[in-house]
Amino acid sequence: MTNSTSQSSMLQPLTHLVNLSQPLSLKEYIREGGYQGAKKALRELQPAEVLAIISDSNLKGRGGAGFPTGMKWSCVPMFEADDVNAPEHKYLVCNADEMEPGTFKDRMLMEGVPHQLVEAMIISAYTIGADKAYIFLRGEYHLSAKRLQQAIDEAYSENWLGKNIQGTNYQLDLYVHTSAGRYICGEETALINALEGKRAIPRAKPPFPQVSGLFGKPTVVNNVETFCNIPHIIKNGADWFKQLSPKSDAGTKIYAACGRVKTPGLWELPMGVTIRELLYGHAGGMADGLKLKGLLPGGASTDFLLPEHLDTPMDFDSIAKAGSRLGTGGLIVLDDQNCPVGMVLNLIRFFAQESCGWCTPCRDGTPWAVEILTRIENGQGQARDLDDLANLCDFMWLGKTHCALAPGAVEPLKSALKYFHDDFEQHIDKGCCPYSGSHSPSEIASNVAQACGGHAHG
Amino acid sequence: MINYFDPKTQLNSNTITSDLNTRDLGTPEIFSDTQVTLDIDGVSVTVAEGTSVLRAAALVDINIPKLCASDNLEAFGSCRLCTVSIEGMRGMPASCTTPVREGMKVQTQNAELAKLRRNVMELYISDHPLDCLTCPANGDCELQDMAGVVGLRDVRYGFEGENHLDAPTDSSNPYFSFDASKCIVCSRCVRACEEVQGTFALTVDGRGFDSKISAGQNNDFIDSDCVSCGACVQACPTATLMEKSVIEQGLPDHSIITTCAYCGVGCSFRADMQGEKVIRMVPDKNGQANQGHSCVKGRFAFGYATHKDRITSPMIRESIDDPWQEVSWQEALDFAANKLRSIQKNHGRNSIGAITSSRCTNEETYLVQKLVRAAFNNNNVDTCARVCHSPTGYGLKATLNESAGTQTFASVLEADVILVIGANPTDAHPVFASLLKRRLRQGAKLIIVDPRNIDLVDSPHTKADYHLKLRPGTNVAVLNAMANVIVSENLLDQNFIESRCDDAAFQQWKTHIEDPRHSPENTAEITGVDATQLRASARLYAKANNGAIYYGLGVTEHSQGSSSVMGIANLALATGNIGREGVGVNPLRGQNNVQGACDMGSFPHELPGYRHISDQVTRHLFEKEWNVELDHEPGLRIPNMFESAIHGHFKGLYCQGEDIAQSDPNTQHVQQALTSMECIIVQDIFLNETAKYAHVFLPGSSFMEKNGTFTNAERRISRVRKLMQPLAGKEDWQVTVALAKTLGYEMDYQHPSEIMDEIARLTPTFHGVSYEKLDQLGSIQWPCNEQSPEGTPIMHTHDFVGNLGKFALTEYIATPEKVNKRFPLLLTTGRILSQYNVGAQTRRTDNQIWHDEDKLEIHPNDAEDRGIKTGDWVGIASRAGTTALRALVSERMQPGVVYTTFHHPLSGANVVTTNNSDWATNCPEYKVTAVQASLVTEPSQWQADYRRFSDRQHKFLSEASSTRDNTK
Repeated sequence: MTNSTSQSSMLQPLTHLVNLSQPLSLKEYIREGGYQGAKKALRELQPAEVLAIISDSNLKGRGGAGFPTGMKWSCVPMFEADDVNAPEHKYLVCNADEMEPGTFKDRMLMEGVPHQLVEAMIISAYTIGADKAYIFLRGEYHLSAKRLQQAIDEAYSENWLGKNIQGTNYQLDLYVHTSAGRYICGEETALINALEGKRAIPRAKPPFPQVSGLFGKPTVVNNVETFCNIPHIIKNGADWFKQLSPKSDAGTKIYAACGRVKTPGLWELPMGVTIRELLYGHAGGMADGLKLKGLLPGGASTDFLLPEHLDTPMDFDSIAKAGSRLGTGGLIVLDDQNCPVGMVLNLIRFFAQESCGWCTPCRDGTPWAVEILTRIENGQGQARDLDDLANLCDFMWLGKTHCALAPGAVEPLKSALKYFHDDFEQHIDKGCCPYSGSHSPSEIASNVAQACGGHAHG
Repeated sequence: MINYFDPKTQLNSNTITSDLNTRDLGTPEIFSDTQVTLDIDGVSVTVAEGTSVLRAAALVDINIPKLCASDNLEAFGSCRLCTVSIEGMRGMPASCTTPVREGMKVQTQNAELAKLRRNVMELYISDHPLDCLTCPANGDCELQDMAGVVGLRDVRYGFEGENHLDAPTDSSNPYFSFDASKCIVCSRCVRACEEVQGTFALTVDGRGFDSKISAGQNNDFIDSDCVSCGACVQACPTATLMEKSVIEQGLPDHSIITTCAYCGVGCSFRADMQGEKVIRMVPDKNGQANQGHSCVKGRFAFGYATHKDRITSPMIRESIDDPWQEVSWQEALDFAANKLRSIQKNHGRNSIGAITSSRCTNEETYLVQKLVRAAFNNNNVDTCARVCHSPTGYGLKATLNESAGTQTFASVLEADVILVIGANPTDAHPVFASLLKRRLRQGAKLIIVDPRNIDLVDSPHTKADYHLKLRPGTNVAVLNAMANVIVSENLLDQNFIESRCDDAAFQQWKTHIEDPRHSPENTAEITGVDATQLRASARLYAKANNGAIYYGLGVTEHSQGSSSVMGIANLALATGNIGREGVGVNPLRGQNNVQGACDMGSFPHELPGYRHISDQVTRHLFEKEWNVELDHEPGLRIPNMFESAIHGHFKGLYCQGEDIAQSDPNTQHVQQALTSMECIIVQDIFLNETAKYAHVFLPGSSFMEKNGTFTNAERRISRVRKLMQPLAGKEDWQVTVALAKTLGYEMDYQHPSEIMDEIARLTPTFHGVSYEKLDQLGSIQWPCNEQSPEGTPIMHTHDFVGNLGKFALTEYIATPEKVNKRFPLLLTTGRILSQYNVGAQTRRTDNQIWHDEDKLEIHPNDAEDRGIKTGDWVGIASRAGTTALRALVSERMQPGVVYTTFHHPLSGANVVTTNNSDWATNCPEYKVTAVQASLVTEPSQWQADYRRFSDRQHKFLSEASSTRDNTK
């Protein structure tokens, strides 16, 4: 984490306590103001009052879709204590299966300040009346698993979890579940299936998880970063949260930058900072000798934007207006010496591999995209290949597939066809890749991985 | 359009249906009080809330293309062919997963949808063999249909991409093959295995383009958990999962609906035919007992009907030491009639009798008892129900005033707590078991009372909440202990008892049962059941909104079988669990027509409809109809016939469709009885064990060769329809008619429907039954009469057939069959999924690969004590006899208890079982025999004798055949 300690805790609420080498113990976390939100919620507020604050704060989901958190929670059916129709359990699930290429913000939050997530889940579970909560964690995040479990153990021993939490009537059990490893588990209903021990396939909606989720019971699934905002909103109020951002999307956002930039990394900044400020103000701009050719603003499954979009604020609405999605806020840059065809091929190969295989367009369509792109990249493409690719993009677009994986997969391809059409045509016309030999797709992959991994701890 | 047989207009012709595919509405029916109206392509549709758009459209004949959807599976939306446009909704949602909403406007056809659907088909076909003309599914392939519907003309991707065209075919299952190259990964098979069958044998392995259907963990089907129910084959929209019979013989050209002749579930099947040849049996979607599901026996094991062992010519011989002589029907009938009449002349009117069959039709059974009462002039008729469910008839009559189960099978879907006692539905009633498991997956609780760890105790996604693992023979003590808990903890349904039950009987029972000697704690030593577990089970059942009891032969085949049945009825009465959906007392009948055989007056003391022979009014009714005087004294039961034969009084037997020499207990005793008789007439499709002792063999007809009805465990009367001409020229009922005529008693029927008309005339519970109504309604659950013209799905809704429910006293009395130093183990017998009863049918099918010999299951402790390992030959000795089987060391057993099946004659399972029987009905105590097991090196003496005798009889049979060949 860079630049965190010098900033005021009020400006970087999520990250100012991050310590990646040795996260705060429960006692230390409380000394720094932790668990005040939880205490306030459990002791002073009714669940409906907590919900009202969250709704008022305009917090939107940080997992990629940007759905208003308060609205999501408000769909959970609530019952009086003695209602015979009340379900046996309600569940809260933290989606910590962070597998989006170029995205590693949740890992920092879990490794750096695990108690923040534990506290957040206590408040959130209390709000929706859940008595069981799970953190569905990416399997490779061994350190997160260890640190979260330590925090949970501490929380149990200090009565922040278990029965009669802090002398109230509220009880909650919290478990860490490490994923067997599939990108699709980031989709909340596939995650629920996986948590039930089933094959990770998205479910048809409706019913929505809030009504019938884990084991058929009301369930809310939120992203790690989304949750981590909760204690601060409760502690400091909705107005405080809203004023953190100059835009209507309130609060801060943890942005990342990777690709061949000077200083890849993560920054908690006011929601709505411009791409330019992120790239040049924080990531140090492009590496020496390289020019910005394009960028994916929110992880691998978002549309390309161009240098002309640099002054777009990185909030949900503005990025959408520019033709892409804020996604996870993980910026990936494409420089002028990297082949866009190769980059797109690399990405879509990832998605084809991670397709759950259930619905036909995704299962059989993404491999054809890989096949055709491979052909083009290897200089064996034909003119009609571009039509076929465009057709595939249209065919797998939002609303035509079972879940959002395939539409996400074709977002970079579709926009690349639009913005980098010349590059595709040159491949076909010349019968080879016009970029020099130093940037094979696998190299780009390792570059991305290195940038992401290397600087997350940096 | 299905045209059924009409005896008035179509005598002796087959019933033919022209449509091979019953319409699939895409998603399951939803029941809701709220109705929703929507607009689909300008057509206004009103359906139950929760219905899918796909189904709503199908209901008004708007057929949206689909591949992964089927109306017996939950919608999933994977193929994306059924996409539609809905006003106000983003994109093109799958109509199968989109529920209807009030005022919704749906468009099922437009240019964009057409393009999308064609794109989907293009992807499928880019990875599919283009061998339609030589494909076994050609003409019966949904993929092919959909390619046509969407107008696929070109596959722009070509066929050179990564593909599965070289994926291997798994032919390991004897009945169907899995050709992975044709698979479109729609997962219908996986979902059918989960949702319909409940076995979870199939899964999708891998992800993305590598996704493939896998049996178990990449096993062959035969090595996986697959139970060959056929649900996946049924669900497959392509040629991937295909019956081998269709691959070998081609598609059927017409179909006939009929009823399975295996277990008491009575599944309805669509026989798919080419001419007179059955190509495949497919469970009938509209079948009210099975709702489109089947098991390996009914679905696949029908080849026995045309097996080379079928005997198609009548045969006679003077002595069982003589070769058989093939003769004409009339010669055989004359020979038989002369023998019977001469025996009666020499040994008296009561020296002959008959045994009716639970595998034959109601009409045939009815005729046999009529023959006995009207032409033999005695009441010496009994049925194989004697050895299975006679205690049910007695026990339920005594308490609930009717000798039958109270529910439909589907009622289990409303049950909250299910108590399974002495039944093993996953093996013996598999199609019902699937329904039961579906309910368990929905959250119902399960209590199992069984000495063994049957599959239901712990199977994928279902688990018993309590397993009361009792010692064999202590059912009554367990039931009494449960009743004791219900009374002593005041869990009685007082309202129900006061309004529906006889108070005096209740008070007497209450005083009896609340005595501490019945408490779980005081009976634990007898039953071996933990008192805490038993108390918890009793509470769970008593407190359930809907508690249902299902029981089988593990209840009836005991010295106290009738007491157990009454004990079960007591529990249902005490807790008010009777008279509505989701509750009841449900005997799981062993054979296809046990219920019917009992209904038809097969017992020596009862005329059809369970009316005592001594009842003058009833007797006169029959005397008038039959034009004969009836004996008012009950006749001999099967065990009495044997005793009497051994003592030289009972000399002649007409045995239709039963194999008493294999199925009845204490084989050596049965053999002694059979060899003591002068004339045994066996009517069967094979030379069964009993036929080896016979003097007259009348070739029978299988269920495929005749018209009639079967009545299943739900009291459901279903039509059996003739698929082919009888191989021996006569349907079984015609043989009985001919025998009666030869004996001088005329029976005048042109068609079994006329026999049913007579039954309906004479039997109040059948007054409303006719073939015409059966064709109209599909099936009818009796009582069917003026009060309930369309039958009675749930019994006792208001009273107990005009009476109050009667609690019965059920004191536990230990069986005389006790373990001691010489016989320290208890043997209990049963059956398994792939074989049926004495195995005469299933042993003549490929089902043999699953169970080609009976084995002795023994607990590891008992095995180790005796140095027995799996595969060793083990001698099993009881007070009755000795046999030898190979051992299977298994923790399904409890220490001290061993188990075997009786599907193979050489096993001699019944050589070991004893003459002990139920105090009320003489139902044999198959489930408890004290035995010793020890390592042996050779078969038992009985087995050696059997082999010699059997070989000799087969030689006599082949000599008969050769005589015929020479004369031709």
